[in-house]
Amino acid sequence: MNRGDSTMDTTQDGAAPAAAGQLAVQGDGVHKWFGRMHVLDDVSFEVASGEVVVVIGPSGSGKTTLLRCMNHLERIDRGRLLVNGHLIGYRENAKGGLTEESEAEIARQRQEIGFVFQQFNLFPHLTAIENVALAPIRVRKVAKDQALAEAGQLLGRVGIADKRDAYPRQLSGGQQQRVAIARALAMKPRLMLFDEPTSALDPEMVGEVLEVMRELARDGMTMVVVSHEMGFARGVADRVIMMDEGRIIETGQPGQLLDEPAHERTQAFLSKVLH
Amino acid sequence: MHFDWSFFQHLLFHPPGSFVQGAIRTVYLAVISQALGVVLGLLLALWRRSRQLPLRVFASGYIWLVRGTPLLVQAVIIYDGSSALGLYSFGTLNLGAFTVPGVVQAGIVTLALNEGAYMAEIMRAAIDSVDRGQTEAAESLGMRRRQAMRHVVLPQAMRVVIPPLGNEFNNMLKVTSLLSVIGLQELFLAAQDYNSATFRTFEIFVVAAIYYIVMTTIWSFIQSAIERRLQAKGGTNIANVPLRQRLFGGGVFVPGEQLRGAR
Repeated sequence: MNRGDSTMDTTQDGAAPAAAGQLAVQGDGVHKWFGRMHVLDDVSFEVASGEVVVVIGPSGSGKTTLLRCMNHLERIDRGRLLVNGHLIGYRENAKGGLTEESEAEIARQRQEIGFVFQQFNLFPHLTAIENVALAPIRVRKVAKDQALAEAGQLLGRVGIADKRDAYPRQLSGGQQQRVAIARALAMKPRLMLFDEPTSALDPEMVGEVLEVMRELARDGMTMVVVSHEMGFARGVADRVIMMDEGRIIETGQPGQLLDEPAHERTQAFLSKVLH
Repeated sequence: MHFDWSFFQHLLFHPPGSFVQGAIRTVYLAVISQALGVVLGLLLALWRRSRQLPLRVFASGYIWLVRGTPLLVQAVIIYDGSSALGLYSFGTLNLGAFTVPGVVQAGIVTLALNEGAYMAEIMRAAIDSVDRGQTEAAESLGMRRRQAMRHVVLPQAMRVVIPPLGNEFNNMLKVTSLLSVIGLQELFLAAQDYNSATFRTFEIFVVAAIYYIVMTTIWSFIQSAIERRLQAKGGTNIANVPLRQRLFGGGVFVPGEQLRGAR
């Protein structure tokens, strides 16, 4: 799809073209270790506002960890990671190092970032519409009637208006994930992060979730999607980032990266997932 | 001595006032103490996972101390001990229509403080049984830790707590009898006093036992009804315990296993 020229001239090191200030996400030399395992190794990349970036790579390559760092569900150990123009989860201290932000500030930053989980993580004690309206009511202090009305509209937007009073366990996987997307959208985020949103779904339900995401991209939402759905990457992404062993090894437009990968590890990975 | 049937029947169906009052006292002691114990247990469970070290230390120390000492000893320390040391004396309290004797207050305090330590462990297991992803989802929506706990984790944990809570209350109904040690006129002490006047020990305590089992059986029915309602409401996975098993046992009860299985 056509998202304008500003996203076309990407370079191999992952630097995106958009001018400073329009960047939704900016990573600079990000490192993270789990114990002795170096899960993110000097990761630098940018996501421009309005851009859709799909992150691919073999399991254990660090792509989910990278995504979770973008809303501070994981802490970075070194480097700089800016989301919506601010260091996420940290502030610069006098010594030039990073100090973790207060819990209140981290919560405030996360209000601007929607996150969709592989396992949906819907609240099982609440109905679909209550799932969607909970955060607007409790966090944004929206009046209950208004929050429920908006939640109803969002459920309509993801195509399950008739399931508003169903509990999560009464919904199919695809329906649950669409409620989860509506729940994230209810906070009116500037950026949406998707962590393998279709990996836990039965094959016949993948399409309905991808369609909702396609719709979202069409409306201009900034999205970072960790996914193995190459069809979605090809059709919707402005850029694809290929990760392996904690590093970004290749970045490019989907047509280029998926069809003529420059890196042999990208070739090896794609030959496995495409066949 | 022979078993005096007519004495037994008369006592069973026409109990003296002290018996009835003792039974009533047993019920309200249990209800109030359990309610306070639940609140205390929740607080202790939350303090145990607090970021504030003093709160964590206090909660752990409290649980260690209370679970490591007998309830009988705790009752005597709280009622007689604190008064003997001049720390605090439980006096009669007038609450409008009700007069609460000091010993009843001490009894409630003892049972509540004791129960709090046990409820804390149940609450902790219940909170731990809620999937980590629930907290992450709540926090990813911009909720603070407290909000995530209150609106997302606790409502789910409370459903898991219901079955073990019911067992605790069943136990509480019977444990009230230990307060006879500080002279609290509940059902057991009422029976004992009646015994020292009549010496019909066997008949009297069989009647007391029947009173206790009627109370716990009625509670089993109430507990079943509560759990069925929770189940019907949806969004919960409380194991369905047949009433037969609830009353007569037969299920393998592994504490904690039930909690873990509930997710």
